[in-house]
Amino acid sequence: MWDYSAKVQEHFYNPKNTGPLENANGVGDVGSIKCGDALRLMLKVDPQTEVIEDAHFQTFGCGSAIASSSALTEIIKGKTLDEALQVSNQDIADYLDGLPPEKMHCSVMGREALQAAIANYRGEEWKDDHEEGALVCKCFAIDAVMIEDVVRANGLVSVEEVTNYTKAGGGCSSCHEAIEEILEKVAEEWSAEGGAAAATPAPEPAKPAARAQLTSYQRMRKIEEVVESIRPTLVKDGGDIEIVEVSGKDIYVNLKGACAGCMMEQATLGGIQQKLIEALGEFVRLLPAKLLTEIH
Amino acid sequence: MKPIYLDNNATTACDPAVVEAMLPYFTEQFGNPSSMHSFGNKVGGAIKDARRKVQALLGAEHESEIVFTSCGTESDTTAILSALKAQPERNQIVTTAVEHPAILTLCEFLEKDGYIVRKLGVDKRGRLDLDEYKSLLNDRVAIVSAMWANNETGTLFPVEEMAELAHARSIQFHTDAVQAVGKIPMDLKQTRIDMLSLSGHKLHAPKGIGVLYLRRNTRFRPLLRGGHQERGRRAGTENAASIVGLGVACDLALQNLVHENTEVRRLRDKLQAGILARVPHAFATGDAGPAGKRLPNTCNIAFEYIEGEAILMLLNKMGIAASSGSACTSGSLEPSHVMRAMGIPYTAAHGTTRFSLSRYNTEAEIDRVIDAVPEIVARLRKLSPYWSANGPVDDTERAFAPAYA
Ligand SMILES: Cc1ncc(COP(=O)(O)O)c(C=O)c1O
Repeated sequence: MWDYSAKVQEHFYNPKNTGPLENANGVGDVGSIKCGDALRLMLKVDPQTEVIEDAHFQTFGCGSAIASSSALTEIIKGKTLDEALQVSNQDIADYLDGLPPEKMHCSVMGREALQAAIANYRGEEWKDDHEEGALVCKCFAIDAVMIEDVVRANGLVSVEEVTNYTKAGGGCSSCHEAIEEILEKVAEEWSAEGGAAAATPAPEPAKPAARAQLTSYQRMRKIEEVVESIRPTLVKDGGDIEIVEVSGKDIYVNLKGACAGCMMEQATLGGIQQKLIEALGEFVRLLPAKLLTEIH
Repeated sequence: MKPIYLDNNATTACDPAVVEAMLPYFTEQFGNPSSMHSFGNKVGGAIKDARRKVQALLGAEHESEIVFTSCGTESDTTAILSALKAQPERNQIVTTAVEHPAILTLCEFLEKDGYIVRKLGVDKRGRLDLDEYKSLLNDRVAIVSAMWANNETGTLFPVEEMAELAHARSIQFHTDAVQAVGKIPMDLKQTRIDMLSLSGHKLHAPKGIGVLYLRRNTRFRPLLRGGHQERGRRAGTENAASIVGLGVACDLALQNLVHENTEVRRLRDKLQAGILARVPHAFATGDAGPAGKRLPNTCNIAFEYIEGEAILMLLNKMGIAASSGSACTSGSLEPSHVMRAMGIPYTAAHGTTRFSLSRYNTEAEIDRVIDAVPEIVARLRKLSPYWSANGPVDDTERAFAPAYA
């Protein structure tokens, strides 16, 4: 059972302003029976003042769809059209003391119906440009279409990056497998598009957007953790690695034993660098420590 | 007023006799059945006894064919993975489009590893086409998995016949009988079914206990390896209390099998007829006709032009528990895959409501539900933009209007 607020239940069990509205002069229809959600918003607007004198709705949908519609009509009554257009879907959700993340689309539908009804009153055409995908991250209500768009636009290659850009995956982490699938799908498309396009997802331009900043101590610890996690593999092959210096984006390491100078050195560094970038959520360079002495 | 529970396909109440039998296994009978002392011994005896009771309900030939697991999902997963592991030369799975996610999600996962999954479609009443089924059987198929009874509609598949056909081609046959066990008679020794899944909580035993029936001489690879429990076929210390509870539940189910197929069926039929007589633009989904092959306890009714979650919330307010195939109850965007597989139009699929009874339901309860439903449907239709004063509005959606009723 959904954890609906008392306010949602109140507006579902006793919805306000239901049924057809006589003399409506602005009508907005959104959704469809196919999607399982459809809302008709009817407005009676005073042509002189552009004040919404009355608003009614008819909704086909779940409990929160009906509650959101009812809330919407209450919110907009008495507002001018311009004021009403300021109402966001978050305002509708807030009015209801919140909606479960899976149900936020109900408030989005309310907002769209409002735009459609006002457009209809003004004799304009309203177009639904909003595409909605399957909900992936339930903690932050992020759907697949949104994640895919952001991955494409920014050349993202890791779950961490997706989290940094969209928040998806930043909560309980149960959606990481689904995010990886989206990343794989987009990566496949990139490689199918050939070399030039395949270069786009290079981590170089990664801009850590709304990422929670690590303190420099936390950052150091993260770097250590990643390197420690790789050591056993190297030791098994008769090699080892140690961190010598961390200077801004540059991390200097000593590759020892069988790793040092071997053909695999570059490849090994590349692999570890990728892991570090993923763990830190920012771009870093992994360099052999000998470069450090050359500089100083 | 006491709430009315009509969601027994989701889960059932533990029978009081089940609970009572279990209690000692949390206190004085806490021993590990593998131990070499009297604490363990008694528990071992109780598990053996429970195994025989499960055997009796299923009509299994040997008691050792009963393997206790943690749930229906584990049994399903074990069966399919075992067939693939034991027969690496076979890489195909044949199943149906209307299976429980325990099967379908696993199959999708296996597809990513390169296995080929063939899903049989169903007709508008949820029935399979056996000719299509035959055409999919070949020597690359490792396993057929078909549910005995559908959890949403109660529709029964002819699994005994399907098992014969698979056997003739040396293909392992598994059936997810989680919804069927305890509701319809079965006698596995007379069939060619190699593996069968059941789940305790659907037949008045506790949650978290299941069984994989594994016919003797079926090539098998365990999912959980470790200790020698269940003859090495399912490692992990036995959930003794729940196994004992399941044994009692199977015993009770066997005793009540006739009641289930007479009295429970009668109440179900009364509920279905009562609602359909009072509510226009509604129809029963699945193989729901008088001669249809369906579980005796289930009826699934599609109410057109309204949405299932809203129906459930209003039912709940009246103290009636049911469930829905609507998208909204699961948080996904699509209505139930079972309804879509049957081609139920969207105008109705979102409003499908499942009522599933048990031997604990009474005639008075059914009467109350028949009284409550028409008002709830009318109330929501009044809110619906697809409904006008006396019927559905005329628009293109009407073109999809079903001829199911
Ligand atoms: C047909 C079917 N298979 C499998 C399951 C899963 O059983 P369990 O919950 O014991 O894992 C269910 C339960 O919903 C079911 O109805």
